Amino acid sequence: MKSLEELKAIREKMQGQVGFRSENEDGTRVVVGMATCGIASGARPVLNELVKQVNDRKLTDVAVTQTGCIGLCQYEPIVEVYKPGEEKVTYVKMTADKAVEVLEKHVLGGTVVEDYTLNKIKL
Amino acid sequence: MYRSHVLVCGGTGCTSSGSQEILQNLEQELKKNGLEDEIAIVKTGCHGLCAKGPIMVVYPDAVFYSEVKPEDVAEIVSEHLLKGRPVERLIYDENEPEESRVSLNDTNFYKKQTRIALRNCGVINPENIDEYIATRGYEALGKVLTEMTPDEVIQLILDSGLRGRGGAGFPTGLKWRFASGNRGNVQKYVCCNADEGDPGAFMDRSVLEGDPHVVLEAMAIAGYAIGSNQGYIYVRAEYPIAIERLRIAIGQAREYGLLGKDIFGTGFDFDIDLRLGAGAFVCGEETALMTSIEGNRGEPRPRPPFPAVKGLFGKPTILNNVETWANIPQIILNGPEWFSSVGTEKSKGTKVFALGGKINNTGLVEIPMGTTLRTVIEDIGGGIPGGKKFKAAQTGGPSGGCIPAEHFDIEIDYDNLLAIGSMMGSGGLIVMDEDNCMVDIAKFFLQFTVDESCGKCTPCRVGTKRMLEILDKITEGKGTMEDLTTLEDLAYYIKESALCGLGQTAPNPVLSTLRYFRDEYEAHIKEKKCPAGVCKSLINFYIDPDKCKGCTLCARNCPANAIKGEVRNPHVIDIEKCVKCGTCMDNCKFGAIIKK
Repeated sequence: MKSLEELKAIREKMQGQVGFRSENEDGTRVVVGMATCGIASGARPVLNELVKQVNDRKLTDVAVTQTGCIGLCQYEPIVEVYKPGEEKVTYVKMTADKAVEVLEKHVLGGTVVEDYTLNKIKL
Repeated sequence: MYRSHVLVCGGTGCTSSGSQEILQNLEQELKKNGLEDEIAIVKTGCHGLCAKGPIMVVYPDAVFYSEVKPEDVAEIVSEHLLKGRPVERLIYDENEPEESRVSLNDTNFYKKQTRIALRNCGVINPENIDEYIATRGYEALGKVLTEMTPDEVIQLILDSGLRGRGGAGFPTGLKWRFASGNRGNVQKYVCCNADEGDPGAFMDRSVLEGDPHVVLEAMAIAGYAIGSNQGYIYVRAEYPIAIERLRIAIGQAREYGLLGKDIFGTGFDFDIDLRLGAGAFVCGEETALMTSIEGNRGEPRPRPPFPAVKGLFGKPTILNNVETWANIPQIILNGPEWFSSVGTEKSKGTKVFALGGKINNTGLVEIPMGTTLRTVIEDIGGGIPGGKKFKAAQTGGPSGGCIPAEHFDIEIDYDNLLAIGSMMGSGGLIVMDEDNCMVDIAKFFLQFTVDESCGKCTPCRVGTKRMLEILDKITEGKGTMEDLTTLEDLAYYIKESALCGLGQTAPNPVLSTLRYFRDEYEAHIKEKKCPAGVCKSLINFYIDPDKCKGCTLCARNCPANAIKGEVRNPHVIDIEKCVKCGTCMDNCKFGAIIKK
C-alpha cells in the first residue's frame, strides 16, 4: 500500500458489502414477496435486480429484503416500499424492469408509480 | 453482489457449541437451493451472547437466531433465505415472546451497550482485510502517517483520557510519552499483552478473534508515535483461533504493505511478530511478559527501571493490552472529544466485560464507563437464573475483589471500584448468588494464585500458601478467630513486599470478602457452619421423613451406598458413609433431601 488512494479504493469497493450489515431505521425498505407463489411467478429476478441496482448506485439508505406470502398470490411478484413517515405502497405483478422504474421514480424520486400499484387493480 | 449476508459466529464459544458444522451445512444447503451466488456466508468473531450460541444473524433484515443446531440449517435456508419467512422458533426473544423481538439492536442485551472496542466483532469477517478496510480500517494509520507528527499523536491519546484496559488503568498517552524520547536513535519496541489469564475472562480473545486488524493498526500507530519499527504480540497458546486469525491478519497486512517497509510511501517501517505464551499466569505481568519474549523463563523483575526506559531486550518499550489497542484507531478517527464524551469524569470511554457465573446471559458486553452494576446484571445480563438473590460480583479476577449487594447501584469506573476495595481488572465479572460461600470463593482465587505464583519472591511464594492453609482450616471448621487477624496481617505484608503485581494483588479477594462478608467467616469459625451450604466439612445431608415417599431413587443413585430404607417407607442417610456429593438432592422428586 503506497498511498491513501489505494486504501480508499478498497474501502469504497467493499462498503456496499459490509454497509448493509447494520440496521438503518431511517432508510427506505423495499420488500419483495418471496413465498412459493412469488418465486413461481418470477420474484427472484426482481429481487436480484433490485439488490444489484441498489449496490451499483451505492444507495446506503435503501434496504432490499424479502417477505413471505401476503395473500394476494395471483398478483405476485409483489414489491412493497416502506419510506419513513409515509404509508406503505404495494406494487403488483412486478418484473425486473418495472422494479427499476419504481426504484428510480418512487424510492429515489419520491413519486409513486401509480400504474403498478395495488390501488390500480379493482379487488 | 449478494442480496443477503448470513453471519455465523466463529468465536471460541460458538465454535465449541458447533458453529463449524452449521457453516458446512449452510454451504451445502445454499448450493442445493441454487442460492450460492445470491447469499454470502460470513464467518465472524464473537457476538457477545455466548450463552445462546451458536449465533447466526441474517442481513439486511438483521434477524438474530440463537442456539441454532446443524439440523436447523435446512429450514433456515428454505424458509428464510429462499422464501423470506424468518424461522420464528429460533429467533432470540429474551423470554419475552409477546413482544416478538426480531431485531438485534432491540434486545436489552444489545440496547444498553456501546460498542467501540467490539465494534467490528460479529460484524466483519476477521479473515478478510478488505472487510476491515470497509469499516474505515487502516484509515487512522494513514491519517497519523500523513497528517500528524508523532507528538501530536501522543497528545491526542492523552487528551482522549484513555486508560489502560489491562486492569491498573494507567493513562495510555502518558505511557507512550515516557517512551517517546530520542526517536530514531534508539531501538524501541511496541508490545501487545494478549496473555489473558484471569479465570472467566475472555475479552481479549474475542477482540483478537473478531477484529485482529484493529490491534495491528493500533500498534503501528504507536510505533510511529514513539519511534519504533518492531512490535510483538504476546498471546497465550490456549487461544488457537485467535492465533490463527492473527497469523492470517499479519500476512494480509504485509501483503498490502500496511506492515513492512515504507508504509503509505511515507518512509515509515513497522512489522509485527507473534510470540506464544506457554500458559503461565504471571506472564501477563509486564516485566515477566518481556522476559518471556526474550526467551527466558517468565519471571518478573523489579521496577524501576520501568519498561518505558528499559523494557524488552533492555530497550524502551510500551506494552498495552488488547482492548486498549482496540480503542486507538477509533480515537484517532473520531477525535479525543468524541471519546471523552463517553464515560465518567476520570474514566473515559467504554469497558468490555466477560459476564460469567450465576447470570442468564453469559457472554461479552461493552458498556460506557459509569453504567451501574445493576444495569449490567439485570438488564444486559438478564438477571440471575432461578430467581435467586444477588450476593456479590467479583471483578478483577484473582487480583480484584467483590462488590456486595449494598453497592449494587455503583457506577462502574476505575476509581469507584478501587474505593470499595475491588478493581476494574481486565474485565472478568463473575456473578454470585445466595448459594455461593464467600470463604470458598476467596479460597478458589487464592488457590489460583498459589498455583500460578512463579516462586521468585518469598512473600508471594510462601505468603500466599500460608494464607491458603488458613482458609482451608476455616472451611474445615477448624479455624479460630486469631486466624482472621493472621490472615489480615499476612495480606498486608504480601501486598507491601511482593515483587510484582501478581503477589501484590493476590490477597485482595480475601481482604474484600473479609470486609463485606466477615459474618460468613465467623459462622465457619464460631458456629462451624457454612451458611451457603458449600463447604463440605461443615454440612450434612438428611432426609425429611415427612416428605420422603420411599421411592428408592436416592438409594439407587447414591455412589457410596449410604442410603438405607424400605420401599414406600422413609429412607435414612448414614452420615458416616455419606460423601456429600449431592446426587440424592439432584435426584429427589419430592424435595425431601435437606442440606444443613
